[in-house]
Amino acid sequence: MKKIIITIFIVGFNITGFAQDLELILAQETVNETTIVSATFKGTRLLNGHSVETRKKETFEFLISHRFGRINSGAYNLFGLDQSNIRFGFEYALSDNLTVAFGRSSFEKTYDSYLKYRLLQQKKGEKPFPFSITFFGSATEKTLKDYSPDKKPTFTNRLTYTSQLLIAKKMNSNLSFQFSPTYIHFNTVRKIEDSNDVFALGFGGRMKISNRVSINGEYYYSLNPFKSINAQNSLGLGIDIETGGHVFQLIFTNSRSMIEKGFIAETTGNFFKGDIHFGFNVSRAF
Amino acid sequence: MKTLFTLILTLLIISQVKSQDKFLTKTGFVSFFSHSLVEDIKAENNQGLSIIDTKTGEIIIQLLMRSFMFKKALMQEHFNENYIESSTYPKAIFKGRILNYDQLVNEDLVAEIEGVLFVHGKEKEIKITGEMKRDSDELILSGDFMVEVADFDIKIPTIVVNNIAKIVKVSFEFHHTPYK
Repeated sequence: MKKIIITIFIVGFNITGFAQDLELILAQETVNETTIVSATFKGTRLLNGHSVETRKKETFEFLISHRFGRINSGAYNLFGLDQSNIRFGFEYALSDNLTVAFGRSSFEKTYDSYLKYRLLQQKKGEKPFPFSITFFGSATEKTLKDYSPDKKPTFTNRLTYTSQLLIAKKMNSNLSFQFSPTYIHFNTVRKIEDSNDVFALGFGGRMKISNRVSINGEYYYSLNPFKSINAQNSLGLGIDIETGGHVFQLIFTNSRSMIEKGFIAETTGNFFKGDIHFGFNVSRAF
Repeated sequence: MKTLFTLILTLLIISQVKSQDKFLTKTGFVSFFSHSLVEDIKAENNQGLSIIDTKTGEIIIQLLMRSFMFKKALMQEHFNENYIESSTYPKAIFKGRILNYDQLVNEDLVAEIEGVLFVHGKEKEIKITGEMKRDSDELILSGDFMVEVADFDIKIPTIVVNNIAKIVKVSFEFHHTPYK
């Protein structure tokens, strides 16, 4: 009798187990895939500097950036808005991992061209990888005629090279950090006491406050700043606003230049003394 | 007494081999289509996991939101980051029952499916009319249905309100094979 009760119990358990069975099989068959952690940052810029992000293959992106004059220049200059630097940039993604670009800044009439290559991407799942790593390399040419006619520099004299390793981690959907070791080589420096090679460490992050708005911060610490111009470390604080294919970035920074060699090595403003430039980046991806 | 025992034992054995009645696919196709005057948005997912118990008519379908592929990479990013929030709600799940599954023998069947759709942390009861076919080993289920974006608490900002349809068409096709 006991045996029968046990058997009935087992059979009953098997029949009622139908619904659970399906879910069990479903759970077994769900593969723990390795997925790429995407959208560490909204745009290809953290603020002044680049983020690890690159656009997907065949995306063309047009960027317009402005930095106004110093806010502490007073009401006469409308708190810096009378002066404006502009940079136009064109970026094209040859592949999901490789972007090439060209830009021109009104500040010192500088042309810049760069490439960005994604070396590694943060992954989660079965084979996780903790960081995203992107290489950034640029060459810039200053064309401002700020020399005496008899001392005309050559094209090579005015070249500057920047190499950066951008290392970022998306902590969760709202919080991301980036560490950016930087090496800049100036073919020409102003004074003998300035080194041709400048090293800097960049730190940055973003925190989303809604799905489409985030607060960003970025700081570049220079290990051997230019002495002749009493170069300062670059600090930027800003807000990212995303709408459709646009990313708007509103920025407060002590740097006037919008290219790496300029804001990392040649910033002269002191953020905490009010030498702050208001500015924005607008990007449109096609 | 002995016959009763044997009967129950036979029942038990039958219930053990019931796995023959389960059909599974891991490469189910699901797509959605949003039509608006500004633009059409289409995404496809080829990694739908679906399982049917032909004995009870029960069906469970599971989709990873990140596996939806869009033509434009930026659309895909916005879908995952801004709308469906796939890091918080990674899966869409449908749990339901094919009401007239017992009529499925060899010919085609207009399947009446009722169940609950879980998307973006919300659930909604839906009714789907699909087409069910037996093709040698395969059990094919296909069809389409409409979902209202607002039912799943997916917020569309006013600036793009004309770009995204309020009602989105979902199409599916699952080729199930016997699960062992």
